[in-house]
Amino acid sequence: MKAMAQHGAKSPVPFDPSWKSLLECAVVEVLEMMAGSRPEVNSSSSEEPRGEQTAMVGLAGALCGMITLRCSNPTATKFASLMLGGDAASNPATARDALGELCNMIAGNFKAKITSLVDGCMLSVPTVITGDDYSMSTGEPTDGFSAAFNFENEPIWVALIIHS
Amino acid sequence: MKKLKVLIVDDSSVMRKIVERSLRQAGLDLSEVIEASNGAEALVEVQKGSLDMILSDINMPVMDGLEFLKSLAGLETAKGVPVVMITTEGSEARVVEALSAGAKGYLRKPFTPDQVKERVMPLLGGN
Repeated sequence: MKAMAQHGAKSPVPFDPSWKSLLECAVVEVLEMMAGSRPEVNSSSSEEPRGEQTAMVGLAGALCGMITLRCSNPTATKFASLMLGGDAASNPATARDALGELCNMIAGNFKAKITSLVDGCMLSVPTVITGDDYSMSTGEPTDGFSAAFNFENEPIWVALIIHS
Repeated sequence: MKKLKVLIVDDSSVMRKIVERSLRQAGLDLSEVIEASNGAEALVEVQKGSLDMILSDINMPVMDGLEFLKSLAGLETAKGVPVVMITTEGSEARVVEALSAGAKGYLRKPFTPDQVKERVMPLLGGN
């Protein structure tokens, strides 16, 4: 958040529902490059996001809010294994770290696709929550969406939550 | 090309490992890889001297990559050591700021070993 504060106030950019396809594209690009496997967008999913690992990256400046990436423990471990190779992911802290970095790269890739956000929106360092029974209070979310994916037959969810 | 002693600075241990692996896949012969999790830790390592290259994330707690980069300006042990900044954000402004502060190159996450090779090799006189 330190870097975010240093860059001061930016003109707000209004939420655009078409960003969902850009976020989906960012997820596919990042996971394909970092984990070596292409996730499928599951647009027919009506499931609520679930899973014991949630990574979050804050957005500030022209767009305020956060991007989250949620999945199960086994999926987080699989991500870390695919990113690092071998049994490097046997440590739960490594799996959390990998999930946080994936969320960070998804957030960066997403905002790089939107000209008005590239230089006007800052990212926080990632935070990872462990546990599936929680509620998140982020002030006044005014807009956003959640996108579901299948990654090697495991569900994952990515959400954009925008504050006013 | 001689064996290289490289400093990798990132608050994520996973990213440090990925950067190291990408450097090896890009063909760099690494004699030693030193890791630091923020700019302040990295400064201590730079002061010890004998580094051939530094790769640093920008967005880190304690001391971010740009502050670290600016702190290198007064260090004798940092002279001639190329610094490559690693960024997630795709912000041209931050890249320009980094290059103005003395960085010799940058990489955007996620990156491939080919992109690492393209950005890093020229700084070492390789191809």
